[in-house]
Amino acid sequence: MPAVQETVEQVRSIDVDQYKYGFTTDVEMELAPKGLSEDIVRYISAKKGEPEWMLEWRLDAYRRWLTLREPEWARVHYPKIDFQDLYYYAAPKSNPAPKSLDEIDPAILETYKKLGIPLREQEVLAGVAPENRIAVDAVFDSVSVATTFKDELAKAGVIFCSISEALREHPELVKQYIGSVVPTTDNFYATLNSAVFSDGSFVYVPPGVRCPMELSTYFRINEKNTGQFERTLIIADKGSYVSYLEGCTAPMRDENQLHAAVVELVALEDAEIKYSTVQNWYPGDSEGRGGIYNFVTKRGDCRGARSKISWTQVETGSAITWKYPSCILRGDDSQGEFYSIAVSNGAQQVDSGTKMIHLGKNTRSRIISKGISAGKSQNTYRGLVSAHRRATNAKNFTNCDSLLIGNKCGAHTVPYIESKTASAVFEHEATTSKVSEDQMFYCMQRGLTQEEAIALIVNGFVKDVLQQLPMEFMVEAQKLIAISLEGSVG
Amino acid sequence: MSLLEIKNLTAKLADEDKQILNGLNLTVEKGQVAAIMGPNGSGKSTLSYVLAGREDYDVTDGEALLDGENILELAPDERAAKGLFLAFQYPIEIPGVGQMTFLKAAINAQRKKNGLGEISTPEFIKLVNGKAKELGISQDMLRRSVNVGFSGGEKKRNEILQMSLLAPKLAILDETDSGLDIDALKIVADGVNAMRSPDRAFVVITHYQRLLDYIRPDVVHVMAGGQIVKSGGPELALELEANGYADIVGKAA
Ligand SMILES: Nc1ncnc2c1ncn2[C@@H]1O[C@H](COP(=O)(O)OP(=O)(O)OP(=O)(O)O)[C@@H](O)[C@H]1O
Ligand SMILES: [Mg+2]
Repeated sequence: MPAVQETVEQVRSIDVDQYKYGFTTDVEMELAPKGLSEDIVRYISAKKGEPEWMLEWRLDAYRRWLTLREPEWARVHYPKIDFQDLYYYAAPKSNPAPKSLDEIDPAILETYKKLGIPLREQEVLAGVAPENRIAVDAVFDSVSVATTFKDELAKAGVIFCSISEALREHPELVKQYIGSVVPTTDNFYATLNSAVFSDGSFVYVPPGVRCPMELSTYFRINEKNTGQFERTLIIADKGSYVSYLEGCTAPMRDENQLHAAVVELVALEDAEIKYSTVQNWYPGDSEGRGGIYNFVTKRGDCRGARSKISWTQVETGSAITWKYPSCILRGDDSQGEFYSIAVSNGAQQVDSGTKMIHLGKNTRSRIISKGISAGKSQNTYRGLVSAHRRATNAKNFTNCDSLLIGNKCGAHTVPYIESKTASAVFEHEATTSKVSEDQMFYCMQRGLTQEEAIALIVNGFVKDVLQQLPMEFMVEAQKLIAISLEGSVG
Repeated sequence: MSLLEIKNLTAKLADEDKQILNGLNLTVEKGQVAAIMGPNGSGKSTLSYVLAGREDYDVTDGEALLDGENILELAPDERAAKGLFLAFQYPIEIPGVGQMTFLKAAINAQRKKNGLGEISTPEFIKLVNGKAKELGISQDMLRRSVNVGFSGGEKKRNEILQMSLLAPKLAILDETDSGLDIDALKIVADGVNAMRSPDRAFVVITHYQRLLDYIRPDVVHVMAGGQIVKSGGPELALELEANGYADIVGKAA
C-alpha cells in the first residue's frame, strides 16, 4: 500500500525532531499592547474597521467574560493562564490587509509554501484538475493574509473570505448569523473569543449551489506570547453543499500559547456541510514543555429540515486539546455526524468528543471516535447524546474505540446520554485495545520495521474515520498520524 | 556451509529466571527438510521464537548462524529480510489491516532491505492470486483483515500463503498441521513441496507422522528439555509414533 510506504518514508526522514512545522518566520509584526481590557477590544475592532454594532457585540461579550470562570471539568491539567500576559492582536506590519498576493510579505508567502500550501493560484493550477482544486484562506496570527480562487467562487455565488472582510463587505449576513449557534454567553473561552476574535473564514453558499471546489483555511500561529482567536462562520443556504477543511500549525516554543477558536455552522433546509480538521498545532516536547492550548468551541446547527452536518477531525497536535464539535439537530429529519481520530503522544492531554442534541423529529446522528494514546499522554473521549421531548424517533449510533501504545498512557471514555422521548434509539459501543507485542512481532517477523509495524496497525485502527476525509487529505492525515507516533515504542 | 547452524544455544525467559533452551545444537543443511518432534513444553516453539528474535527471551549463551552469519543480534525484521520465515503456531490477528495491504507491506519491506524496488501493483496482484488459488484461499479471505475471523485451518493456510509470497531461505513451520483438515493438510504439504529447492530448507515442527507422510523429512530431531536429544532418519518419526517419547526422553534425562 503506497500510503503506508509513504508514511514510513516520512517517518524515516525525521530524526530527533518530529515536528517539522516548528520553524518561525521573521516578519515585522504589529502587536496590540499586552493584556486585555475594553481598550484592547476597541483597538482590535478599530484595526479591522468594523461596524459599530460589532464593537458593541464584542464589548458585551467582554463584560460578560469578566464574570465567568475557567471551566475545570475536563480531564486536563495545566497551570493557570495569565490572560493579562498575552497579546491579543498580531498582524504583519508591512501590510495587514493586502489586496493582492504581490502585497504580501514574501517571508509569509514562503512560510505557506514551506507548509505545503501554495497561495499563488497559478501554482495550485499547475497540473490540477478543476474538480480537485482547493481554495485557501490563509490566516497568519491575527489576520487573514490571502484567500485564493475568490473570483472563481464568486461566479458560483459563493462568498469565501476572511471574517474581517465579510464584516466590511457583507455585514448583514454576518449580523444575521454570528453568535446564532454559539452565543456570546456560551462558555468561558467562547465568550473570550467573542470579545477579541481576530480572524477566521467566512463562507456563504447560496440556495441550491454545490460549492465548485473544496474550501480550506490554514491557520498559522507565528508570533510568541500571542493568543489566536479564530472565528469561522459557514452558512449553507437551502439545498446547498460545501466541504471545508482547516489545517493548523505553529512554531516550536518553550512557552504555551493559547488558541481559543469559535466555529459556527448553519445548514438550512436540505443543505449539507462537511467540515474537516487536520489539527497539528505544536504539541510541546516530550516532557510537556511548550505547545498550544487548544480550547475550541465548534458547533453546527442543522437549522433546516433534512439538513446535514458532518464533522471529521484528525487531532494530532496541541499540548492540551479541549474540543467538542457538536450538532444541534433542530430541523426534522436532519443528520449529524462526528468522525474523530485523536492521537496523543509524549505529555499531550486530549479531552475531546462531541454533542449531538436531537431536537427535531426523525433526527439521526452517528459518532465514530478513535483515540490513540502513546507515551505518557492522556486521551479522553467525552460525548453527549440527548433527545428532546419533540425528537421522536431520534437515532444515534456511537462507537468509541481506544488504542493504547505502551503502558504509561491512559484512555478514558465519558459518554452521557439523556433521552426525554421513549421512541429514541441510542446505541453505544466502546472498546479499548492495545497494540500488542504479539502483533508487533508478527509484523516484524514478516519484515516490517518497528515504525512500519506501528503505522500499519494504527492505520488499520483508524481506517473507518480516515475514509471520511476528502481524498487529498487522507494520505496527509495518515502521514501525520505516523509522525505523531514516532518514538512511541521501544 | 550449512544453512543454519545452532551451537550451544541457551535461552531464558526475559522476565523470569526460567531457562528453556539448554545448550541446544542443531544443523540444517541447504535443501533439507528437518522435522523436530518432542513432548509438549520441550521448547520447540521457544526455539523458533528465539531464532526469529522475539523479545520475551534472553539468549544467555551460544550462537545461531544463518548462512554463516550470527543472527542473534539482529532485529526480527532484519532476520526476516535475510530469509528467515516463521509460520506461527498461533497466527496473530490484526484488525482493520487488510490482507492485501499487509502482504504488500511485508513484500516491499523485505525488498527494500535487500536493495530492490517496490513490487508493482499488477505484479503483486497476479502473484497473490496465483498462490492463493494453489492454496485454496478465497478472494473473500484476501479481502478481510489479517487473520480476523479466520478459522484455525484458514489461519494456517494463510501462513503458508505468506511463506510462498516471501520465498524465504529458511522456513520454520510450527505445528502448521494442527487444526488442518485432511484436504487442507494435503494442500499445505503440496505448497511446501513445491517450494523445496537445493538452496532452501524447512524446519517442520510437528507432533504427528501424518504431516511427514506428505512432507517427507530428510532428518528427524527429537527435542526434550530444551535440547536436541536424538536425531535420525524418517524412520525415527515412525518409531516415536509407535512407542512415544518415554524411551528417548527417559534416557536423555
Ligand atoms: N513467554 C513465556 N512465559 C512463560 N513460560 C513460557 C513462555 N514461553 C515458553 N514458556 C515455557 O517454556 C516451556 C517451553 O514452551 P514451548 O512453547 O517452547 O514448548 P513447545 O515444545 O512448543 O510445546 P508444544 O508442543 O505444546 O507447542 C513451557 O514450559 C512453557 O510453559
Ligand atoms: Mg509449541
